[in-house]
Amino acid sequence: MPPATEKRYKTLNPLGTLVLHFRPRRVPERTLRFTLTWGLGGMAAVLVLLQLFSGTLLKFAYGPLPTQAYESLVRLQEGFLFGRLVRNMHFWSANLLVVVVCLHGLRVFFSGGFHPPRRLNWVVGLSLFILLLLSNLTGYLLPWDQLAYWATTICVGVLEYIPLVGSRLQQVVLGGPQIGPATLRNFFALHTAVFPALIVMLMAFHFWRVRKAGGLVIPRAPAEEPEEKPAMVPTQPDLLLREAAMALAVIAGVLVLSLIFDAPMGQPANPGLSPNPTKAPWYFAGIQELLVHFHPSFALLITAALVFGLFCLPYLDYAEAPAGVWFASATGRRTALIAAAAAALATLLVVALDEYALDTSTMLPNLHPAVSLGLLPTVLLAAALAGLYAVMVKKFQATRLEAVQAVFVFLAVGWVLLTVTCVFFRGQGMKLRWPF
Amino acid sequence: MKPSKTRTPGARKSQEMPAAVTRRGFLNGLWAVLGLAALAEFLWLAVSFLRPAKPGRTESQADAVVTAGALATFAPGTVTAFQNGAFYLVRLEDGGLLALSCKCTHLGCTVPWVEKEKKFLCPCHASAFDITGSVISSPAARPLDTFTVTVENNIVKVDTGRRFKRSGFDSGQPVYPPKARS
Repeated sequence: MPPATEKRYKTLNPLGTLVLHFRPRRVPERTLRFTLTWGLGGMAAVLVLLQLFSGTLLKFAYGPLPTQAYESLVRLQEGFLFGRLVRNMHFWSANLLVVVVCLHGLRVFFSGGFHPPRRLNWVVGLSLFILLLLSNLTGYLLPWDQLAYWATTICVGVLEYIPLVGSRLQQVVLGGPQIGPATLRNFFALHTAVFPALIVMLMAFHFWRVRKAGGLVIPRAPAEEPEEKPAMVPTQPDLLLREAAMALAVIAGVLVLSLIFDAPMGQPANPGLSPNPTKAPWYFAGIQELLVHFHPSFALLITAALVFGLFCLPYLDYAEAPAGVWFASATGRRTALIAAAAAALATLLVVALDEYALDTSTMLPNLHPAVSLGLLPTVLLAAALAGLYAVMVKKFQATRLEAVQAVFVFLAVGWVLLTVTCVFFRGQGMKLRWPF
Repeated sequence: MKPSKTRTPGARKSQEMPAAVTRRGFLNGLWAVLGLAALAEFLWLAVSFLRPAKPGRTESQADAVVTAGALATFAPGTVTAFQNGAFYLVRLEDGGLLALSCKCTHLGCTVPWVEKEKKFLCPCHASAFDITGSVISSPAARPLDTFTVTVENNIVKVDTGRRFKRSGFDSGQPVYPPKARS
């Protein structure tokens, strides 16, 4: 070992050198600005660590059999010191993770963090998000209460509508014709081994790609040229101190939430009685709301198309790559706002119309429901999106990037509103109701 | 990094030569094929391991046939629930018998029979079915699945081992018990 390296090894503390293994030694000073990242990526990483910690503890108390599962949780909550707290932590970190990761994705998208050389990392991040949703879904069944049983029933029920392979896929997932001991075994194995392992591996890849891209995008104003040689600061302590402070704040937040609000625990699962209404976990409520309006095959098709579109976003051959500029440009900001307003209006209008005024299946009685409830509204939706794109390009002189961004904003706002509608505004029989 | 850079031109040259297969190339190819074969074996193993076990026909067939009870206990125009077999035994007004699955054809919730409205109303997405299991209101796209009903010596039995999907109700579906000496 050359003397210089040896000296460096002695002066750095061992933890710091480990962290620097996947961090650069120096980072651009402007990327430390809180309003660039809002600490979201770091928060997600901390929450994943909390999940691994609380999940491992829970695994010591849980019995993955229909006859044991519910009781083992009751025992955990009543007989174990801090048992309830650990379960609450697992519940709250899981839910917060979905929110934080969504916001992180939005931040990356709107600050132009998906242009080369960060294109692949966008794909990696999306894959992580999907794994996270699958983790949450498989974890949802484990308490084996009414909530878990029926939410999983309808989530897995959707699989049947995948063309060709649907029923078989459903059989594999369920391990039989309906939810039973085999389903619980499958979900337990996926939830506690397969998905965590994949997530940890992909996370390492995700971080490494950030380093390979030379760190985060450097924030700048629309008119500003990117700096040739940005001012750099040492990772340790400038970045690490900030990250540590954020991590402590997140942990404190999760603890407070877990102390105040308990994770839900309903009656033990009863396969003969579906509660009214039965809702999917909130992060799938958008799909469930689509299912209220669309034929199931088409609701699935739309969701699949949206996910595919998200994966394609970095590869659409844009003329410019304004990494670091929020909303791409001044035009981008304006068009994004307009698209958001249009989405809010259109979504609420369509939801209300479909509930109270329109009934396409009785209006068009000669058509097969797959057409009147599926093909027709799907084509209308696609036409609306194409129209939005065209208006952005023609009327607002938006570039391809800005127009794509407008469509993205439209769909994102629409999705959020559908989710909110399903979670808060759907009551008995999935009818609209006032939540308060 | 550096050594590979100096080696590249040579490597490319050998690739450009269409030339005879070298021993090294052949052996490398062989290793690659063996590696892929090993990967395929593990995939095959995993897939066959995870495929749901075929329900043992002999075992389930005996359990699958549920004895519903004497024909006389099912008055015309009534619906009787059988929790253990997850089906409803329907006696139509004209005396026909139908065994309807409890599972909503939309997403698999259990559909309760609402006597007051004479409908099966799904609590999950508000699908509604009439007494024959036909769809009254969407999102469900097809009628409730059926099971085979048999009547022997005025005892009604239902085979829950196989469910039948159908696209609509027709008069061939209900089972009419043989008229006893009428």
